[in-house]
Amino acid sequence: MPEPIIKIRDLHTSYGELKVLKGITLDVYADETLVILGRSGCGKSTLLRHLIGLQKPTKGEIYIKDVDIVRASEDGREEVMKKIGMLFQGAALFNSMSVGENVALPLVEHTPLESSTISIMTRMKLDLVGLAGFENFMPSQLSGGMKKRAAMARALAMDPDILFCDEPSAGLDPIVAVGIDHLILKLKKAFKMTIVVVTHELASVFLIADRIALLHEGEVIFLGTKEEMKNSKDPRICQFLERRPDEEIIDRDKHLSALVGEGYIS
Amino acid sequence: MRNIFGKTGHGFYSFIAHLARILKLSGQSLYWIFIAPFKGKRIRWRLTFIQMVRIGVDAVPIVSIITFSVGLIIAMQAAYQLERFGASIYVADLVGVSITRELGPLITAIIIAGRSGSAIAAEIGTMKVAEEIDALKTMALNPIGFLVVPRTLAMIIVVPCLTILADFLGIAGGFSLAVFSLKIPFIAYFNETATAILLKDFLTGLVKSLVFAVIISQIGAYQGFSVSGGAEGVGKSTTASVVSSIFLIIFSDLIFTMIFFSA
Ligand SMILES: Nc1ncnc2c1ncn2[C@@H]1O[C@H](COP(=O)(O)OP(=O)(O)OP(=O)(O)O)[C@@H](O)[C@H]1O
Ligand SMILES: [Mg+2]
Repeated sequence: MPEPIIKIRDLHTSYGELKVLKGITLDVYADETLVILGRSGCGKSTLLRHLIGLQKPTKGEIYIKDVDIVRASEDGREEVMKKIGMLFQGAALFNSMSVGENVALPLVEHTPLESSTISIMTRMKLDLVGLAGFENFMPSQLSGGMKKRAAMARALAMDPDILFCDEPSAGLDPIVAVGIDHLILKLKKAFKMTIVVVTHELASVFLIADRIALLHEGEVIFLGTKEEMKNSKDPRICQFLERRPDEEIIDRDKHLSALVGEGYIS
Repeated sequence: MRNIFGKTGHGFYSFIAHLARILKLSGQSLYWIFIAPFKGKRIRWRLTFIQMVRIGVDAVPIVSIITFSVGLIIAMQAAYQLERFGASIYVADLVGVSITRELGPLITAIIIAGRSGSAIAAEIGTMKVAEEIDALKTMALNPIGFLVVPRTLAMIIVVPCLTILADFLGIAGGFSLAVFSLKIPFIAYFNETATAILLKDFLTGLVKSLVFAVIISQIGAYQGFSVSGGAEGVGKSTTASVVSSIFLIIFSDLIFTMIFFSA
């Protein structure tokens, strides 16, 4: 077994009283594509935010390439981040800059390249995501799907070796969504990137994943390959795969009192 | 009763907590301006220049009109009193000293707080809400170095310049009243102004304006970073940035005046 490139150890975190992650332990190996599945609000984005050091856990450790992200100095963390790309759930393009400037920014800031070289690289990255010729557009002039793709180009600007994607195809039409999946496949094959994707789209999960982790109420309840997942008997996994809604509410009184507030029904 | 004490105590506590965080932010800005450049982190002069244009050049018309009018107003109020004693010429002293020592720096600072302090809070706040600040951090770009430092530097450079402009235009306001309405000869008014204003007055005004510049930029940035929630949060912080920077401007002005008055 090769050494994992990302190691998450017993990660706990909470927003005030609300415990969101309750002891996540997970390894990601170099060059693999790991898909994180889970219901809305189960803490997937929160997990990614911890991986890039935006949030500190209440307990637990994260190592990326053997750097302790939780306790690293600001400079140490930044050094790791330069080789990591992140696609935010809401794209998070800089609205005051054009699409081209967005993609060029990390290159301008972190490399000694000349501006002519940078503009060529910018156009190459935009071409890769199918946005050639849009470098002078402002983010506000793009559709949601185009923003996602522009953000993807920005995440790829520094040729990262790890890429995190938070719901890359949510809210996109099926054709563009498949386009993004194929882009991820291309990156995986051509650039040997380690990719961690959070998604709800089962179709894309089975297209891109090497391994799947299923998050449920702040814990990893399943980790394995596509086949293992399909063959699993765990009711929570089956529910997810078969896209069944939650069970009908049995206890009507309890449900009613939850709706109208405590103490209303005696 | 207990409630009142509780509320006051809580208010005081949160005031201190705010102050501590503002000081922390200012400390970080100082680090990024004075120490980080020696550690291979450059200052972004291009962004600073853009901010200088937005905060400074674009504010020239409004600062000019307002300070000219204020000069005119003081001159009229002074003339109303002084004319009875046949001492109209002292309008020059009154206008000159009050503008350079006090009103030039103060009015400029209040205009800039309303115009650019709020803009800083709104820009940074909007970026926070749209996860742009997070995106900066994941690109290994420090938001202080990238956003706050250019704005702070621009403010520190531009506000004293605007204050000098304000001083001139305020005096010009008094001047035009004296020459056209009070019929004081041009040369007499000029000489009176020149003897009335000491270099010290002018310089204390500039020192004040420097402090105001720091206050406006740091409060604006602080309020921007403390935005939570959506557009509503941005609105609240923008308002808070204007109110609290004007409060701090007046308060520090009071302290300055007390120091210079006793000195
Ligand atoms: N800043 C915050 N303050 C308080 N609670 C938060 C905050 N951010 C997220 N939460 C809570 O943490 C939980 C997990 O949120 P998170 O955004 O990680 O979910 P998610 O799995 O990414 O969901 P989705 O699939 O809908 O994006 C949610 O219950 C949410 O209410
Ligand atoms: Mg999410």
